[in-house]
Amino acid sequence: MAYVVTDNCRGCRYTECVTVCPVECFHVDEKMTYIDPENCIDCGGCVPVCPVGAIEPDYRLAADKKFWIDVNRKRAAETPVLTARLPPLPGADARRQELGR
Amino acid sequence: MTKSDLDRADVDGFRVAVIGSGPSGFYATEALLRSGTPTAVDMFEQLPVPYGLVRFGVAPDHPKLKLVTTAFDRIAKAPGFRFVGGVAVGRDVSIDELRDCYDAVVLATGADISRSLGIPGEGLPGSHHAGDFVAWYNGHPDYRDCHFDLGCGAATVIGHGNVALDVARILAKTGDELRRTDIAAHALEALAESRIREIRVVGRGRPPQAKFSAKELRDFLDLATCDTTIDSRDVVPDDFTPDNPQDPELTEKLALLRTFSQQALTKPRRCTFRFGLSPFAIRGQGRVETIDFAQPSSAVENIDCGLVFRSVGRRTAPLAGVPYDELRGVHANIEGRVTKGSTVIAGLYVCGWSKRGPSGTIGTNRGCGMATAAAVLADLPARMGQRSRDPDALLARLDTRVARMVSYRDWAAIDAAEKRRGAPLGKPREKFVSLPDMLAAADA
Repeated sequence: MAYVVTDNCRGCRYTECVTVCPVECFHVDEKMTYIDPENCIDCGGCVPVCPVGAIEPDYRLAADKKFWIDVNRKRAAETPVLTARLPPLPGADARRQELGR
Repeated sequence: MTKSDLDRADVDGFRVAVIGSGPSGFYATEALLRSGTPTAVDMFEQLPVPYGLVRFGVAPDHPKLKLVTTAFDRIAKAPGFRFVGGVAVGRDVSIDELRDCYDAVVLATGADISRSLGIPGEGLPGSHHAGDFVAWYNGHPDYRDCHFDLGCGAATVIGHGNVALDVARILAKTGDELRRTDIAAHALEALAESRIREIRVVGRGRPPQAKFSAKELRDFLDLATCDTTIDSRDVVPDDFTPDNPQDPELTEKLALLRTFSQQALTKPRRCTFRFGLSPFAIRGQGRVETIDFAQPSSAVENIDCGLVFRSVGRRTAPLAGVPYDELRGVHANIEGRVTKGSTVIAGLYVCGWSKRGPSGTIGTNRGCGMATAAAVLADLPARMGQRSRDPDALLARLDTRVARMVSYRDWAAIDAAEKRRGAPLGKPREKFVSLPDMLAAADA
């Protein structure tokens, strides 16, 4: 198994996850972060720190979110590792409220 | 340790001592060495081997979590890092001595002391701290001679945290399920012969209050010879309905417990989760025979067993020269700066479990170590010129004071030897479980 970043990250990209990941397995593009499933050690440390609840273990994803497993794998291979927090995307707080978080 | 390991060319910057080589110690080190502020870190470890609870806490059947050591090894390769193994702070060197020599001292000493229940009979033979059992099966040299009577039929684990689950799961597994892990040889031998058939994991709270995580609970779905179940007397159907259905962790945990409550029992071993029971006495003639629990109705329930594992939390071992917070069971601190009363002690810091108490995952300790490193870095300019003695001269003195100082290169030799020993057995490593064996491997 591995943990997976899902749609709630899009448009927020708080990147709190990066500060706790013990193995630096978060990658980033202009929209969101992705977890490299080859490096994730399943510690789960990122799940509670995500302000918008975007991260889940792969086995717990609803059927309509399973495609995020492949998206994370593919995009992690194509994007750079993120080693330090970034400022959230503009509008992140508004989106967070929209998500009811 | 050889002379060249002690030499340090790049001594222009600040000098920091980190005490302890578990996750928070490594992550504080990483943040210091990456900061851009010229800083060298000496990491003190009382054992000849690093990684703290990653080596001696994480269960042998959770190998993926142990891959975090590759991150630690990467940190250890950074210029300015030095491992000082085999030196116990408080025994071989005092905190005050370190504070004289370093611009900052960061305590990352973990939470080594198991809490007690405070009930009669805890000291009876057969009653153990869960943490001692964990250290034993993980091959900690101080615990290798512990004896656990696995010849009895029933064991009770008191507590509903992840350590309680580790203990119950290891007891529930067969020799074949553990054989290809890095479990200590003495523990594998004893567990393969175990006659325990009945394991109970007992807590005071209702199912939603259990502190263990869903991921650890999932491991109980596929045990080879052990069924997991719930005692139907302890629960009502509502117990499995989360108050907050938005909480996926709680929802999954309760769904798993519901699954256990409905499982048919067919396997020779059984692990039963019990709820709402508060222990008030452990009794027996010369050894543990039964535990008295109070039910929510105040009625008394006796659970017979020959082994008890108490898993009700841990606290940090106090260290001479460091104020202690009795209430929280940690080195007294405000956000990582060690304090005496309301006064900050200059140059003394703390991170990880010895700062916050024993909670969170390895990742939580990365954030924690980085936060403490930020406090150190903020204070360092004001510490300039404060230290009165030379850390390299201290290490040279320590090298004559202790039996054998261990460098990271020495550890690499121990590591390689353990892996070689494990290979023919199909184990990732066969740990050395005594200090002489570790040191012999370092010298080989």
